[in-house]
Amino acid sequence: MSDALAGLYQEVILDHSKRRIGFGELDHFDAMHFERNPTCGDEITLQLALEPGTDRISALGWRGAGCSISMASASVLAEMAPGMTIAELQSTIAEFREMLRSRGAGEPDIDILGDAVAFHGVSKFVMRVKCAMLAWVATEACIAETSSRQTS
Amino acid sequence: MRRLEVVPSLVHGVSVSPLSDLEVASIRADFPALGEFVNGQPLAYLDSGATAQRPLAVLDAERDFLLHSNAAVHRGAHTLAALATEAYEDARATVADFVGASPAEIVWTSNATDALNLVAYGMANASHGRGGPAARRFALGSGDEIVITEAEHHSNLVPWQELAAVTGASLKYVPVRDDGTWTADDAAAVITERTRLIAFAHVSNVTGYVAPVSDIVALAHAVGALVVLDACQSAPHRRLNLVELDVDFAAFSGHKMGGPNGIGVLYGRADLLDALPPFRTGGSMINTVTMEGSDFLPAPQRFEAGTQPVSQAVALAAAVRYLESVGLDRIDEHENALAQRMLAGLADIPGIQVVGPAAGVTRAGLVSFDVVGVHAHDVGQYLDSRGIAVRVGHHCAQPLHRRLGLTATTRASAYLYTSTDDVDRFLAAVAEVRPYFGVDE
Ligand SMILES: Cc1ncc(COP(=O)(O)O)c(C=O)c1O
Repeated sequence: MSDALAGLYQEVILDHSKRRIGFGELDHFDAMHFERNPTCGDEITLQLALEPGTDRISALGWRGAGCSISMASASVLAEMAPGMTIAELQSTIAEFREMLRSRGAGEPDIDILGDAVAFHGVSKFVMRVKCAMLAWVATEACIAETSSRQTS
Repeated sequence: MRRLEVVPSLVHGVSVSPLSDLEVASIRADFPALGEFVNGQPLAYLDSGATAQRPLAVLDAERDFLLHSNAAVHRGAHTLAALATEAYEDARATVADFVGASPAEIVWTSNATDALNLVAYGMANASHGRGGPAARRFALGSGDEIVITEAEHHSNLVPWQELAAVTGASLKYVPVRDDGTWTADDAAAVITERTRLIAFAHVSNVTGYVAPVSDIVALAHAVGALVVLDACQSAPHRRLNLVELDVDFAAFSGHKMGGPNGIGVLYGRADLLDALPPFRTGGSMINTVTMEGSDFLPAPQRFEAGTQPVSQAVALAAAVRYLESVGLDRIDEHENALAQRMLAGLADIPGIQVVGPAAGVTRAGLVSFDVVGVHAHDVGQYLDSRGIAVRVGHHCAQPLHRRLGLTATTRASAYLYTSTDDVDRFLAAVAEVRPYFGVDE
């Protein structure tokens, strides 16, 4: 089997693509966003809930259909995000995006990214970067929704 | 794996046999791109339905034209301009002959999508009164109906949606059955006295289904409706006589038949083309221009505004000659045999759901399928790691996929240069997909 393929489909990714942590709807949430990748048709509806009165994430819930990369990255994010503040989540997303744009260069920071470092191999497959970003982009939109509500 | 007995079948009443392995090997030698290595493996190119590889004869013809005769056509009095114009019009005659038409019935476009838009927007212009009394036959309004099928490629769907939206006509569609196919009876249930136009694919780019063109033409013409045939997946692969089929318009793309990008064909019955208002206007398509108004050249020039893709037209004619030298009936038979080999092989692999007509039914050389539990994108990635190029996604047919309850499928499509070895490697790799992704029965 080609090493590149093994680098793409890490155990962690294949495992998360089946476990789908956070799959389902939240009873209560503060923001919701639908995101679609028009080139491959992958889609996700993501909900973000904050601990009442704080800017700390209490839960991410999502539903969607797509490839193993997009489903696994949603699952990893839903596992990581609870407990983070919005600012922490934003910088984690920025770090994740930077890793995916690296085209395989550099070493991702496991302290910041945790299990999400498994997606480092995706950065060598330019056409799959959008798959890995799907849930993360949807989360950014949710964050924007909550903050616009707070400022308005 | 089950081996198929390949029985020579009857195409247009003549017994033809598929291409032999030796013949395919010699054809492959004409297509240098097939010798590429991908991820350390020899390329097995099974994405000709999206775009075909080009033979040296086509590359040479284009280069030869550019080296010796390149100029703008239908203008200028110098020698190269004359040579270019001659080559451009010779190419038109070659392509016309290829589909049983006369040169005046062949309009160069940039691709099939462009050709279909040319008809749709020409009709929209007619609906706004352009083109005078002769164009009234194309004018649509509320109460009129456009009919398509649920299986159409977006390029033969969205232009009609737009035409309906700007004219007030309604867009109706022939629903597909559970296997993605439809019949003349299904179409008869949708076509009414109010139907003004029916547009459908000769061969579906997803199911490989071959539409009953003559039956549909009879139904349409009985109510005075025009027939637009999307011949993208038929013209490159099977003998096509558009005049015998009696369709009113037809569209196909050069890049799917070994020709270049940026060149496509609109066929239109001569009397219709002469009456249809142009879609694009400007240089090269006019007769007299004053500051008050302009009148247009007859077809096909009236549809060819602006500086034309001349070397592409010349190269497309070379592609046509190449296909004819092999024989369209034999290409058709070869691809049908490959499709049956794929179907038989896929039937032996657990967890594969094939879309389209059942095995044994004549179909084009393409097979779309779902690998249960594995997304098509992952299937395609796995096959790519084995050097096998397939298409994944909705193949520009979202409504069809939605109807079949699938978001995406994997499609393997063959051409004259596809070998049984390509197909066998593809089948072996597909069999590995579910185990690799840990999906069990
Ligand atoms: C059936 C069918 N119709 C239309 C098209 C559009 O062709 P093009 O993109 O070359 O205009 C295609 C090719 O993708 C096709 O397969």
